[in-house]
Amino acid sequence: MIPEIGHYALILALCVAVVQGSLPIYGAAVGNSALMAVAKPAARGQFLLVLLAFCCLGYAFAEKDFSVLYVAATSNSQLPLQYRLAAIWGAHEGSLLLWMFILSIWMVAVSFFSTHLPEAMRARILGVMGLVSVGFLLFMLTVSNPFERLIPAALDGRDLNPLLQDPGMVIHPPMLYMGYVGFSVAFAFAIAALLGGNLDAAWARWSRPWTTVAWCFLTVGVAMGSGWAYYELGWGGWWFWDPVENASFMPWLAGTALMHSLAVTDKRGGFKAWSVLLAIMAFSLSLLGTFLVRSGVLTSVHAFATDPKRGLFILVFLAVVIGGSLVLYAWRAPRVGLGGGFAIISREGMLLANNVLLIAALGSVLLGTLYPLFLDALDLGKISVGPPYFDTVFLPLMTPAIFLMGIGPLAQWKQASLPALAIRLRWAFGVSLVTAVAVPWLMGQWTPLISLGLLLAFWILATILVDLRERLLQAEGGSIGGRVVALPHAYWGMVLAHCGVAVFILGVTMVKGFEVERDVRMNVGETATLGGYSFRFDGTQQVNGPNYVAARGTFHVSRDGHEVTMMYPEKRRYFVQNQTMTEAAISPGLLRDLYVSLGEPIEGGAWSVRLYHKPFIDWIWGGCLVMALGGVLAVSDRRYRLAWRRKEAAVPAATQMARPTVS
Amino acid sequence: MNRFLIPFGLFVVVVGFLAVGLTLNPRELPSPLVGKAAPEFSLPQLHDQGKTISSNDLKGKVWLLNFWASWCGGCKDEHPVLIHLAQSGVVPIYGMDYKDQRNEALAWLKEWGNPYSVVAVDEPGRVGINYGVYGVPETYVIDKAGVIRYKQIGPLREDILEKKILPLVRELQNQ
Amino acid sequence: MRWLWVLMLLLPSLATAYEAQPLAANPQAEARLKALAVELRCLVCQNQTLADSNAPLAEDLRREVREMIAKDMTDKEIIDFLVSRYGDFVLYRPPWKLTTTLLWVGPFLLLGVGATGLVFALRRRQKKVTDVILSEAEHSRVMKLLSERANRP
Repeated sequence: MIPEIGHYALILALCVAVVQGSLPIYGAAVGNSALMAVAKPAARGQFLLVLLAFCCLGYAFAEKDFSVLYVAATSNSQLPLQYRLAAIWGAHEGSLLLWMFILSIWMVAVSFFSTHLPEAMRARILGVMGLVSVGFLLFMLTVSNPFERLIPAALDGRDLNPLLQDPGMVIHPPMLYMGYVGFSVAFAFAIAALLGGNLDAAWARWSRPWTTVAWCFLTVGVAMGSGWAYYELGWGGWWFWDPVENASFMPWLAGTALMHSLAVTDKRGGFKAWSVLLAIMAFSLSLLGTFLVRSGVLTSVHAFATDPKRGLFILVFLAVVIGGSLVLYAWRAPRVGLGGGFAIISREGMLLANNVLLIAALGSVLLGTLYPLFLDALDLGKISVGPPYFDTVFLPLMTPAIFLMGIGPLAQWKQASLPALAIRLRWAFGVSLVTAVAVPWLMGQWTPLISLGLLLAFWILATILVDLRERLLQAEGGSIGGRVVALPHAYWGMVLAHCGVAVFILGVTMVKGFEVERDVRMNVGETATLGGYSFRFDGTQQVNGPNYVAARGTFHVSRDGHEVTMMYPEKRRYFVQNQTMTEAAISPGLLRDLYVSLGEPIEGGAWSVRLYHKPFIDWIWGGCLVMALGGVLAVSDRRYRLAWRRKEAAVPAATQMARPTVS
Repeated sequence: MNRFLIPFGLFVVVVGFLAVGLTLNPRELPSPLVGKAAPEFSLPQLHDQGKTISSNDLKGKVWLLNFWASWCGGCKDEHPVLIHLAQSGVVPIYGMDYKDQRNEALAWLKEWGNPYSVVAVDEPGRVGINYGVYGVPETYVIDKAGVIRYKQIGPLREDILEKKILPLVRELQNQ
Repeated sequence: MRWLWVLMLLLPSLATAYEAQPLAANPQAEARLKALAVELRCLVCQNQTLADSNAPLAEDLRREVREMIAKDMTDKEIIDFLVSRYGDFVLYRPPWKLTTTLLWVGPFLLLGVGATGLVFALRRRQKKVTDVILSEAEHSRVMKLLSERANRP
């Protein structure tokens, strides 16, 4: 009964979405307030219905209802409750429901935080989001129904893939989807502006916070996916340039470019058409990612079980949504005004140059990901494009981008002078260059790549320091503390996010340059030394988990005779799918991770063991978190709070085209 | 021309490729060995370990080389097709028991029937690597001169046999 | 004191007795294998390198590569051996060929086109936009005037 309620809730949600996607947009076109007013209640109603469906599926998992096909396929009676609930998004159908649920969350958020927008704009935004959800609901109800019954019911389920039975599974997909789907808001803003023909600086101002929030979620989501792969897959890597990883990275690159170009549009009113195109691209790439993951056109470690029917549906959906938007863009964008003027050498110019670099990077990822498909489709042979390609192409594209990232914030808006910038930054450059050469040399291993990485990281930090010093000297507010507070949150957000990039680069450089690993054969009581640490193997014992049995090794780690930690890597055998999993043991630290993973048992209680010493690896994800925090800080800027506070006063007058002018 | 149409144009191209991609199988690899001499081998026979079978013995006739194993699920799917082909006597099928246990392989053939003229044993999988095998079952069509003419990856089906393999075999036999 | 010296001489040998042995007989060869294997694709896996995969075929191929290293074959010979059997698909670094030219040139082509496009767009824009670019002094005067106006009730 409960699953049927969920199914009906989805059908009702589809009806509501059709209404939401049609009446308000029509109302906005003919100026009918009553029709436009439908958008808000429709969005909220749709949210409640999808929430109901989501809860129904959760209930079926919690209650182990194996008469539901999806529940039987992705869970098992022995699976612990938290993983049964995470199994909601453990495979194709349920993850679509999660996608849909998150889309409805964003719609509700827009319905609450958009009261300061002109009525027609709001109606169009919610209408466009309604149209997107029509597509996804149709997709679920036609070829991927999570509530499909299994008659007769299975005695027990086939269990969740053991790789996914991990705390990472509980939070990584929701975070990632919050990011992917969050770009639908920026997309809806862009399409609404194109439809209404009122593409102006105010549009950029309104979509900026939404873009930034979605970008923060996506940053955290991608970083968590990478961290999860690092500790779960058991071979110590953290990024493989797999098609599915690329599918999450491409919207991130587009979103990053969008945030920066919105800054130009907001400030100068320029490059509106370009910003709109980026907004369309960011969401389109999220959709493309869905297609790549679910259609089976590319092989990936992370892909869902695939079905050509589903692939065809998403492709048609993709063609309609993106194709339609791009046609609309081609039709409306030429009429967009130019905005205020600025010189080529200016903050605006540099932001746009960075945009070009980011988009070139995005294009390379897209090219590398799809190229095997292109060749195969043209019957020119099969090739693989993997990490060596992406590493080779990415570095020359990212190096100038990072270099510009240091200069940009110091350049004046409208017009800047290169010689003046060079003078202001000469110390920053000198100091970072010297440090970058000296540090690896002092650490005993100098390679050009390590120095380049360190140079980029130090360059960012040094330029930030120069900038901070100048701004704090100029700022009003008396004491240092007062001056710090006087600078806007948006500025601090940018500083923090850029620091995050530096931290990230430091992490990548140090790991790639200084990581050591050893494959050893360890008898009980033997010691292996790595990176100054001694690992003593104290044997394995059998451990029984809820749905697996494991051999758990005990490693005693010491340094200079002092005990550092105990590590317990496991080799698990999950009963239901009879699958062996390597659970590496990690001792994390600010300056290094120790990573131990059990290989195979060799005769006499000995094991093959892989040991890693990974300096600074946690800085990779730490850097991403700092970037996301920077985004959060930027969104908390006074101007946005003012805008939302002002909305209460503006509500009665909202029927007019009142545009709050916040500066 | 409207330069704002460029993104749409690029998108149409990408969608076109994606649509073609839906019809392709990314897991299927064309073999670079087609048209080249079949790698030589000389291996013990499954049913009579004392004897060997060598690829040189097979020169001068058209034959099929079928990589299989008792642990392979797809082999069971294609097995009736092979039996049927063997009964027709059109072309001899030589089996290559790939990375398998001898007694299990013998039991498997006893249970499901033996379509093979001779079965060679490739226990360490070396001949498999020389032939570029990456998943069993795989079937090669080899001509009188010992050149690989066709490679089937995955289970044989009646339609593949009728449309591709048998016409090719007849043509090669008539050369 | 003599016994102390003896003990100190003994200690290192005791420690080596309990030192774990490398898994591979020849660590240099193993390092070469690893460097090769991370750029090679495991054919039966979804998308893994030969180094990371535990699939039986991957193990066999690592064994083959190990044997070829022992035979002192060059990296190129080893890679050619694999490519002649499995095609370019085994290479994660696609070879430079006519069909992969676009793949390798594409990113830089994109950057070149993007950069030229940007410069042209900015130039054209500067001509079209009548907005005068203010000097620093003029700019601060404007800001001052504006803030005076904003402070007026």
